[in-house]
Amino acid sequence: MLNSLEVSRLAYAYPDGTQALFGVDLTIGRGERVALLGPNGAGKTTLVMHLNGILTAGHGTVTVAGTPVRRDTLKEIRQRVGLVFQDPDDQLFMPTVRDDVAFGPANSGLRGEELEAVVKSALERVGMLEAADRPPHHLSFGQRRRVAVATVLAMEPEILVLDEPSSNLDPAARRELAEILRSLDVTVLMVTHDLPYALELCERSLILSDGVIAADGPTRDLLADAELLARHRLELPYGFAIPAAQERG
Amino acid sequence: MGSGHAHRLYLPGGSPVHRLPAQCKLLAVVGFALVVVATPRERLWAFAAYALLLAGVAAAARIPPAFVPRRMVVELPFMLFAFLIPVIGLGERTVVLGVSLSVPGLWAAWNILAKATLGVVASILLAATTEPRAVLLGAQRLRVPGLLVQIAMFMLRYLDVIMDEMRRMRIARESRGFQARDLRHLPVIARSAGALFIRSYERGERVHLAMLSRGYSGQMPIIDDISATAAQWAVALALPAAALAVLGLSL
Repeated sequence: MLNSLEVSRLAYAYPDGTQALFGVDLTIGRGERVALLGPNGAGKTTLVMHLNGILTAGHGTVTVAGTPVRRDTLKEIRQRVGLVFQDPDDQLFMPTVRDDVAFGPANSGLRGEELEAVVKSALERVGMLEAADRPPHHLSFGQRRRVAVATVLAMEPEILVLDEPSSNLDPAARRELAEILRSLDVTVLMVTHDLPYALELCERSLILSDGVIAADGPTRDLLADAELLARHRLELPYGFAIPAAQERG
Repeated sequence: MGSGHAHRLYLPGGSPVHRLPAQCKLLAVVGFALVVVATPRERLWAFAAYALLLAGVAAAARIPPAFVPRRMVVELPFMLFAFLIPVIGLGERTVVLGVSLSVPGLWAAWNILAKATLGVVASILLAATTEPRAVLLGAQRLRVPGLLVQIAMFMLRYLDVIMDEMRRMRIARESRGFQARDLRHLPVIARSAGALFIRSYERGERVHLAMLSRGYSGQMPIIDDISATAAQWAVALALPAAALAVLGLSL
């Protein structure tokens, strides 16, 4: 079986010469849910931008389900890699929720009933079907983030990449989103510095620090290693202890 | 966020006028406006007939009479300008209520007022019976350049977001004791406007990335393909056709 995502020796420097990535290697198998942890400025967003070809590798390769990210494969890659941005207002640019979810599939040529079915199923999966005809700016922040996930699910991506999915969510919205993410049958790469959220949702974590993958292992083990976390400017919230047994798979 | 759920200009309803596809209504309004503009200003009764036609449309759309005048304030600056023309105009003069006015100026003012009012009322009726989004989809179907439609669409979507951002910046200023009272405070406001511009520009870049990520290639995909039947076109174009008949009779 092909891996959903393979990144090999990826390096990138911004046009002004700032080197952001220094040879990143990572592999994500199909169906895995993986957290990419790292402090601000570690290069997380830069890495994410490479996954669907918004930035092109200075050196190294990115392969999605066997297809390398290159200029001539961009269209296919962007359909396979579903990027959910941090600010849902950036992601929801159409006048209604329905139009927004339809945008991606319509770009790949779906029309009419087929399109309607895809939109409906994507909205159902995030529990937002009844908001289909509302304009995005009339939804709550948590609802907007769920719709943002639906816009990407509608493209039936190989891998869902979420940039700080829990940011700005109140506790209930945060839990609802976690339930939705857990119910999806899709490979997930979750970029975050919300360590409890990573523990809750992802069995495996990677730590990106100073432009390289500094650690890769079970989330539980990484988070238990206080010294490792401290070395990479990560810490668990005050009062948080890793639960003894993992009750959720 | 606190904004109302319907657009200010739109009056939800299910009248026959509401149900017509937007592209038909758009073309009808443009056609009507062209006929109005082409009418010689001396044909007073033709303008009365046009007004009657619009009243008919408003009745068919079940728009309450008070709805239209309140939305006509947009015309106010033009009206002020129109009222100035007879005062400063040249040529033959006449005295009205003790004020000396120019006769060609009066005609020019009437011309502007009558034609602008009819055009504005027709547009208000269009906006009242068509959701903003549908107007844009209609424009897209009428082959209005895609870029213009997209710009208008993004304005519609992000106006509230940007207004909200502006409001937050104002609150941030005021919570640090700033109140814009006179001209000397202008530089602060100007810098805020600059910051807002940069923020909006950066948001534009992020939105563009989000669009690219979902396969955008310069064209908006047509999502609801609302094609109009011949009968719907006929109903909508009855308005400009009737106006044209009035124009023909008046010549």
